[in-house]
Amino acid sequence: MRPSKSELESLTGKAKGQTRALIQVLQDVQDRFHWLPPEALEHVAGALGVPLVQVYGVATFYRSFSLEPRGRHICTVCLGTACHVRGGSAVLEQFERKLGIPAGATTPDGKYTLERVNCLGACALAPLAVVDGRYHSRMTEAKAEAVLAAIEKDEGA
Amino acid sequence: MTAVRTHLLLCAGTGCVSCGAFAIREGLEAEVRRRGLEGEVRVVATGCNGFCERGPIVLVQPDGIFYQKLAPADIPELVEEHLVKGRPVRRLMYVPPEGQEPVPRMKDIEFFKHQRLVVLRNRGRIDPERIEEYIATEGYAGAAKALGEMTPEGIVTEISASGLRGRGGAGFPTGTKWAAARRAEGEPKYLVCNGDEGDPGAFMDRSVLEADPHAVIEGMVIGARAVGASLGFLYIRNEYPLAIERIGKALGQARDYGLLGQDILGTGFDFDLEVVRGAGAFVSGEETALLASIEGGRAYPRQRPPYPAQRGLWGKPTVINNVETWANVPSIIRRGAAWFAGLGTAGSKGTKVFSLVGKIANTGLVEVPMGISLREIVYAIGGGIPGGRDFKAVQIGGPSGGCIPKPLLDLPVDYESLKSAGSMMGSGGMIVMDEDTCMVDIALYFLRFAEEESCGKCSPCRVGTGEMARLLAKITAGQGEATDIVRLEDLAATVRQASLCGLGQTAPNPVLTTLRYFRDEYEAHVFDKRCPALVCKNLISFAIDPEKCVGCLLCKKACPAVASAGELKKVHVIDPAACIKFGICLGVCPARVRAVVKTTGEGR
Repeated sequence: MRPSKSELESLTGKAKGQTRALIQVLQDVQDRFHWLPPEALEHVAGALGVPLVQVYGVATFYRSFSLEPRGRHICTVCLGTACHVRGGSAVLEQFERKLGIPAGATTPDGKYTLERVNCLGACALAPLAVVDGRYHSRMTEAKAEAVLAAIEKDEGA
Repeated sequence: MTAVRTHLLLCAGTGCVSCGAFAIREGLEAEVRRRGLEGEVRVVATGCNGFCERGPIVLVQPDGIFYQKLAPADIPELVEEHLVKGRPVRRLMYVPPEGQEPVPRMKDIEFFKHQRLVVLRNRGRIDPERIEEYIATEGYAGAAKALGEMTPEGIVTEISASGLRGRGGAGFPTGTKWAAARRAEGEPKYLVCNGDEGDPGAFMDRSVLEADPHAVIEGMVIGARAVGASLGFLYIRNEYPLAIERIGKALGQARDYGLLGQDILGTGFDFDLEVVRGAGAFVSGEETALLASIEGGRAYPRQRPPYPAQRGLWGKPTVINNVETWANVPSIIRRGAAWFAGLGTAGSKGTKVFSLVGKIANTGLVEVPMGISLREIVYAIGGGIPGGRDFKAVQIGGPSGGCIPKPLLDLPVDYESLKSAGSMMGSGGMIVMDEDTCMVDIALYFLRFAEEESCGKCSPCRVGTGEMARLLAKITAGQGEATDIVRLEDLAATVRQASLCGLGQTAPNPVLTTLRYFRDEYEAHVFDKRCPALVCKNLISFAIDPEKCVGCLLCKKACPAVASAGELKKVHVIDPAACIKFGICLGVCPARVRAVVKTTGEGR
């Protein structure tokens, strides 16, 4: 999705000239477009009066920002310590194998993004995966396959 | 508010919500309406109850009956039997791992019995989205006392006398920090609440913010009065959407009630709070890095001194405390320093909240007095290790902490004891490990974490953690040499001494503690090319026991490496050349057959 000028104006409107609002504004942009398009970064730099290099510095430092468009379906596998000792890595490997991409990547057709997270703080449910915002607890390799198959079926229908 | 005869306290923490608590809530409300009981029974969504393993959870009050693992289909029976006929439903109650008999009352369940609630006193008891319920449980009484009856110096003295120490990890005395900020030159002064709980396996702060957000706000109002701050920030990590939402609502309510903002409680004192969402960087939990992040920059730590209490946000004196520390403050002021100092040990006062996770029967959030033994936490509260496995270690303090082995199970849990064992209190994540956990693999896990999360500012941490991870990967891959263990120890010493911030200085702890207590496991990997816990893929192999295999084809369907010799009713064989050690054959082989075996060190 490409941002329009007016949308960017509305996202930066109340933060004009405020250096300290940089992260919060970038979060709003990310929430709106699911990534940080280059024209948005330029706009934010101008509106807040922050050098573009600093905007990129912040955008590349924090994990929650993405400088590339993300897939329509987001699969997040938790690899916090509790998930790790209960077999989270095998779950991640299964996602990698089924989607044909490593963690952190998006499939070439733009359909899936696979992410790894270092703890969602829901350790009782370990190992945990979140697919399109839904929590799947006590994941196994077989469950991972089933979750992806369900998405494929929905899309096919 | 009309009085009702029964409250159904439904846990609405992240764990229970993830396993369907909101569907239970809707179901209960609909059923209560259908039965015409809405004048008598009220459903209340509370914060995290703590017993996450057993969600969704409903506590019926005033009866004290605890229902667990509820499904929507259970609701009609529960309402009919318990609420209409007054007969508690035994099949929905908690049954302890070793017992047969259900335990009806929450207070009799082992998981809850040994806990001592101070910070979590309102958990599972009030609706965190209604300030009235917080006030009804003596909420804001501490703030009223501090602002109405005490001098700022008096508040600082009280906090110092209580012996409260920082709950974020290092355990710095809170009163000393406040006194330094109070004395420091510079206006305005700021307060910060560190809610960037980044340790994997820790979710105490999330639960406090979700279950009792006003306790944190009240603690900060009291702190503001003590040090003379007029503005504060709550920095909460973005992975905690529910906590951010709840604290946002709570701030609005506190302002409406005159407990935050201008002229608080009519005393002429002004203080307000803003929420700042973290953006996903572990290093932001380090206090100077967190301040840089609030200022809108990259979360780079800086050299201390000057400490934030002297020069913090925008160069002004700033008190930064962790969520749990702030949440302790109201009770200390309300009940007095002597009461608080009566809990815990000589050097560690009060209670500590831990998240008890990993290979443990009762996963959940527990609050215990300082000085309790690890054994009591793991066995009495945690219910021991599931599946008949043996306890191996407990990892405390996240990536900065260490693994405590079985012989130290009677260690009292306080700041000093944990430090002497090579670990640290950290924020309070406790990850229990059993004999199926490989300690070299765990060390590798934490060093990879540290390498990835290193901000890169100083080279001991940036390069050192990566180099240690590389050596550990080499060992787990079965390519380790005798010199690698020595190099690991050398590197650990350098990274510890030369790193700029606490993250780097403590990053070697997982390696140092596993080397100290589980050196034999390292040596098995290096010299015998064996992984005793059967975890490291390069060192294990899978085989099918021909005596046991019934030829059911389940493993063959699941994995192409089960050789073509596998026909129905004939013994299957795994092709070692094709096997990728994924272990799916082990998972699908029926429990009554158990023909797949995992071995290590074979034929080497």
